[in-house]
Amino acid sequence: MNIPAGKLAIRGLEVSFGERRVVSMDELRLDHGEIVGLAGESGSGKSMTTLAILGLAHTVGATVSGSIKLDGQELTTLSPPDLRAIRGRRIAAIFQSPATAFSPVYKVGTIFTRALRLHGASKAEAADRAAEAMRQVLLAPDLLRRYPSQLSGGQLQRVAIALALALRAEILLADEPTSALDVTVQAEVLDLLRSLRESTGMSILFISHDLAVVAELCDQVVVMRGGLIVEQGPASQVLSAPTDPYTIELLESVPRLASAP
Amino acid sequence: MIETPTLPPLDASLPRGAALWRGLRANPLLAVGGALVLLIVVVAVLAPLIAPFPGDAGNASHPFSVLHAPSPAHWFGTDQVGRDILSRVIYGTRVSPVIAVIVLVIACAIGVPLGVAAGFLGGWVDELIMRITDIFLAFPPLLLALALASVLPASLTSLTIAIAAVWWPWYVRLLRGQAASVAGRPYVESCRALGISRRRIIFRHILPNALTPLLVQVSLDVGGVILTASALSFLGLGAQDPTPDWGLMVAEGQSYFTPDWWLVTFPGLAILVTAFAFNLLGDGLRDLLDPKRSLLL
Amino acid sequence: MKGDLLQLRDLAVRYGPVLAVNGVSLDLPAGPFGLGLIGESGSGKSTIGRAVLRLVRMAGGSITFDGQDIASLRGAGLKEYRRNAQIVFQDPDNSLDPRMRIGTTIAEALHAHGVVPRQEAGERVAGLLTEAGLDPEFAVRYPHQLSGGQRQRVAIARALSVQPRLLVLDEPTSALDVRTQARILKLISGLRAERDLAYLLITHNFGVVSELCEQTAVLYLGRVAEIGPTGVLLSRPAHPYTHALRSAVPEVELAGRRSRIVLPGDPPDAASPPPGCVFHPRCPLAIDRCRTEVPVLRDVAPGHRVACHLAEKVLAGAQMPTSGYR
Repeated sequence: MNIPAGKLAIRGLEVSFGERRVVSMDELRLDHGEIVGLAGESGSGKSMTTLAILGLAHTVGATVSGSIKLDGQELTTLSPPDLRAIRGRRIAAIFQSPATAFSPVYKVGTIFTRALRLHGASKAEAADRAAEAMRQVLLAPDLLRRYPSQLSGGQLQRVAIALALALRAEILLADEPTSALDVTVQAEVLDLLRSLRESTGMSILFISHDLAVVAELCDQVVVMRGGLIVEQGPASQVLSAPTDPYTIELLESVPRLASAP
Repeated sequence: MIETPTLPPLDASLPRGAALWRGLRANPLLAVGGALVLLIVVVAVLAPLIAPFPGDAGNASHPFSVLHAPSPAHWFGTDQVGRDILSRVIYGTRVSPVIAVIVLVIACAIGVPLGVAAGFLGGWVDELIMRITDIFLAFPPLLLALALASVLPASLTSLTIAIAAVWWPWYVRLLRGQAASVAGRPYVESCRALGISRRRIIFRHILPNALTPLLVQVSLDVGGVILTASALSFLGLGAQDPTPDWGLMVAEGQSYFTPDWWLVTFPGLAILVTAFAFNLLGDGLRDLLDPKRSLLL
Repeated sequence: MKGDLLQLRDLAVRYGPVLAVNGVSLDLPAGPFGLGLIGESGSGKSTIGRAVLRLVRMAGGSITFDGQDIASLRGAGLKEYRRNAQIVFQDPDNSLDPRMRIGTTIAEALHAHGVVPRQEAGERVAGLLTEAGLDPEFAVRYPHQLSGGQRQRVAIARALSVQPRLLVLDEPTSALDVRTQARILKLISGLRAERDLAYLLITHNFGVVSELCEQTAVLYLGRVAEIGPTGVLLSRPAHPYTHALRSAVPEVELAGRRSRIVLPGDPPDAASPPPGCVFHPRCPLAIDRCRTEVPVLRDVAPGHRVACHLAEKVLAGAQMPTSGYR
């Protein structure tokens, strides 16, 4: 029986700044419709992994070696035009500060339609898909007529997710998407991500330093430290019965609530 | 749980001379800039000894040596009345750079306190200072300097005053922005919370953190002031012939430029080198004073 | 309560046209004691901290320290207050002057109040650094040579150098890594015991108040929604917002096993607060009375006060819509 290759398969990934290696990852797999959490502190290499997957590591001066396959297709050897076709369209990304996704001088809708048209949609199609995506993230489509400064952090983050949806992205890389949001807004965004996974089968690589968030959202957990994976496995297992001392230390560091509701 | 520093230990026992040398080696901008400025100062001080024809710096006229091209006798050639240009350029170090420095010192002396007061204190103080400053800034600088210089008796002193009067508003604006920005930072708020006196906050926190852009600006402005001075001198409002002001020399030599290029070129180069030297010095000082960049640590 | 170290009565603070704090009353007894201020953006929690330190002007109400109205303090009296009340800010990157060595920064605080004679300053700085868990060698370093957690320790050491009786901690660990957070919290806990500290812990993190605060106040749009013993607030909240907030907090133990209360709508705009109860537009239990009448903070149990018309219903277990996930 053929074991499916996995939506996103990373093997032997190494990201370095000259002599200094910041990521050294043996294996990471993201299956169709799966949410994998990449947990670690600052300097663990999680953000560099995101950049490497997007093929953008060189923009910060890093070199990448190893294999990153999307549906069996090798990404590290793709030409820039081919990479651009995939980036945003098949692999979308949202970041901690939603403001980074939206240039403040353009209306949010303008950026939306531009992105869609860049990947082949016609003007009418773009408008339709944008409106539909906004509804999927429970936002009124006419918010597209606003400037980023007129939307709250939570709303912007949802718009960023909507953009990924409108582009029909198969994989969403979410790099600390809720760290800058209020708790109640974070809860909404997490719920949104989960329901999207259910309805569209989108795979999500969720990067966070907050183990509690990772615990609630993710099927699989990968713990990183100093660029290496120290532990990985099903969330229920890693979080209840961790084997690596670092994981244990991280879990012990999370402040406990006095009593459950 | 004690945390030990992750850096190798500081060599606090290094004697001052050795520390200075290490700082200079690590900071080439400062070294070169400082050396050039020092050179200019030395030339200015030793001018009577270095210049081959000291008399040419003043009232002199040699009708038989008029407009000679550079030669072993006159390295920089002679000007339209036969004076040795090299000597005049050398003596010029006592004029143009000195004017520039005095102008900038005055501009800073007025601009920095006003700017810091406006930026740090805010409120009506800020409004008052900035409105006055805005009035000055509304005039085209050269015209204002011209106007001022023309009502004063034509001399180097008037020139200095006129340019300084035009220069200070820019520094008020610069310092105000910097001071306001620094005043809003958490560490200044912490100082207020700790009950540290306003005076100390201004001198120990605001000024050191706000001065860096000023340093760079001032070093760039040395060239600017010299050129402004030369424009005014050309119009007869500042330095008068026979004063060996570089700007004046350039202005006067323009009409002889073709084919007697040396009248303009050598004083021009002197201005260039001086401006460059101060730029480097400014950059070097900025780097030296920045704990994050300084390799002294 | 009489004999309280700090008393806030109907505190109001304005930022331009916006009323960031609108009628907040709190009591903080003398140490060791921790009062937590929980809230999201726009709740006014940070502003309250700053008002206590007299870093912002009050638009109304009063703040009393040791029976003295701090708004009327001037000169020597104000300086004395600055010794008694200190603050640690959230941002470790900017809370220290980048051009000053660590030791100088701490010594500056000592000298401002003459805590020790000049000659002894170095020794005291070393002691303070050690107390904060740092090697005294750090005194000659510059802030950029330290990690975020280390800088936060320095900020704490500096705040404690003047021997305050009241410490305001404004999101002291939000910008730090998980393990560093745990260490800083442990440090605060230790210092509290050693120095009989009374502190106001401002945070959005329930776990933090759970560990460090006997009492907690939940803030919403500049008002106190609920205040009471921390354990009670977490297990038997009487305000719908507290309930929803508590429910929204992710927890490792509940990995993938729970449904969560969902609050409709967006956080409110402080510039145009809703009439009546400020929470009513998002409250799933809102009735007509909530739209018109501002609820007053009242007792529902000893030491437990709520500003909600329907507090009893909440306590009785009123259902609130959940996401029903899994």
